[in-house]
Amino acid sequence: MSKARHSLTRTGLVHLALIGYAVISIFPVFLTLINSMKDRNAIFRNPMQVPTFETFDLVGYTTVLGQGDFATYFQNSFIVTVVSIALVLLFGAMAAFALSEYRFRGNMLMGLYLAIGIMIPIRLGTVAILQGMVATGLVNTLTALVLVYTAQGIPLAVFILSEFMRTVSDDLKNAGRIDGLSEYSIFFRLVLPLVRPAMATVAVFTMIPIWNDLWFPLILAPSEATKTVTLGSQIFIGQFVTNWNAVLAALSLAILPVLVLYFIFSRQLIRGITSGAVK
Amino acid sequence: MGSLQLKSVRKSFGNVDVIKGIDLDVQDGEFVIFVGPSGCGKSTLLRIIAGLEDATSGSISIDGTEVATVPPAKRGIAMVFQSYALYPHLTVKDNMGLGLKQAGTPKAEIESRVDKASNMLSLDKYLARRPAELSGGQRQRVAIGRAIVREPKLFLFDEPLSNLDAALRVNTRLEIARLHRELKATMIYVTHDQVEAMTLADKIVVLDAGVIQQIGSPMELYNRPANLFVAGFIGSPAMNFIDAGRLGIADAKTIGIRPEHLALSRDSGEWQAKAVHVEHLGADTIVYLESEKVGFFTVRLFGEHHYAVDDVVFATPGAGQLHRFDANGKAIR
Repeated sequence: MSKARHSLTRTGLVHLALIGYAVISIFPVFLTLINSMKDRNAIFRNPMQVPTFETFDLVGYTTVLGQGDFATYFQNSFIVTVVSIALVLLFGAMAAFALSEYRFRGNMLMGLYLAIGIMIPIRLGTVAILQGMVATGLVNTLTALVLVYTAQGIPLAVFILSEFMRTVSDDLKNAGRIDGLSEYSIFFRLVLPLVRPAMATVAVFTMIPIWNDLWFPLILAPSEATKTVTLGSQIFIGQFVTNWNAVLAALSLAILPVLVLYFIFSRQLIRGITSGAVK
Repeated sequence: MGSLQLKSVRKSFGNVDVIKGIDLDVQDGEFVIFVGPSGCGKSTLLRIIAGLEDATSGSISIDGTEVATVPPAKRGIAMVFQSYALYPHLTVKDNMGLGLKQAGTPKAEIESRVDKASNMLSLDKYLARRPAELSGGQRQRVAIGRAIVREPKLFLFDEPLSNLDAALRVNTRLEIARLHRELKATMIYVTHDQVEAMTLADKIVVLDAGVIQQIGSPMELYNRPANLFVAGFIGSPAMNFIDAGRLGIADAKTIGIRPEHLALSRDSGEWQAKAVHVEHLGADTIVYLESEKVGFFTVRLFGEHHYAVDDVVFATPGAGQLHRFDANGKAIR
């Protein structure tokens, strides 16, 4: 009896901690959402209040959507994020496979070298990156952003995926070799499907910083045609006057695409766990 | 078709020599079993034959053709793994057919070979299922089917029964023996279980520490072990080893006698001893004895016998059943 009560308090405390953390994380998002639907006065007079009948106002959204460029900004963000994730997953998984599968001289060193990227922020190299982009004529292109984000995402991808690939049974890969599969088929057809949950994890970890990034779009691709959503929202923030309705509405809208991507990946993640494909 | 030759095959990982020079001839149609304790190099040797590992030196030929530089898929082998190693995302049928498909075999041919193999292994009902929907025994049959479909020169089995429970193990063992009779194919089989080795093999290769200790038929190994290792490894319960000096035998260092070659009597015999433990197995009774003259030893009696702990008994070795070994552990013949 006492044991049951003990575990009840324990699960209760765990849940309390988790709920607390969830509230802290969700609250700013909630605040953004409710205020994006209020008129300007209501935002300042009573920022914590949910929109009432009198204060409800979609002026922020009409401003944002009325500015024709925002569709382009969304498109830019989406292209950059999706292409970067695809490249990070592809190259990260390939590097991870090589590191975990083959014994070659310098294997350990190569792994460490790739892992260093996790610890050193890529922004330290901004000046050199900008010079490089200017030299190659890639400034103000989405390619510049994709390249930088791919480089930024690969270290973590290699680190996580190589750990997972070590757990894929050697016998399975050897069975493939005996059946005449090439190393590429073994990688794409046997190993990748088995590490899908890890791929989804990496995709989520890679996606969010890219979507939210302000730094590189501002430096490498600030032109009107290549602006991302995060950068585009800045036009509403002025030195003296800030159009809070529009800023909050833009940020609220920016949540949607990333939420969709997240649901796609997390479904993959759950499917990977529950399929019980291995053994 | 289906002979194998190994000539002074060696393998080292860094500074560690795993296989220290193996010479072996396998004739067409033979069932050869590599047996030995874990870490003796038997699996590594099998993987070298398969081409999954490169030998550090030495030559391997299949059907008289040197295969050191031939990739596994082109060596004309098929392998069955301990962990089944079925492709989780393919159906049973596709699992069995993948190797042929990769080799560019026509569809009709694949179909007929898969049918034949699934018939042989009674897998017909499961062809459309995925590995996750099969039991352990069925999975191992699919893995064997995948090997049969390829119609290889050499079948390689890497401890195929270790993941199965005891009853299934016996059934699958019979199945493999039947397959060998029907296919008349050359098979090389790795196990650490001497019962599997004794029951299946035409020829057993006993390995220890990367060296072949003895090659012979099961009965040769049982009746004429070449050294102390083989004598102790083959047979269960293990052979009793007695210091030759205690028995007054001058021309040997160690004397070996199998537990089943000792007779037990309550009244008289050569070695007086006290029972320290008795195991009643129904078909057998195993008596563990402690004697002043020869030390600790085991006796295996057939049928039921009513000995109890602390009984004083006399053991007598059967005539001509003593194995003599010299100071290096080699058998004296």
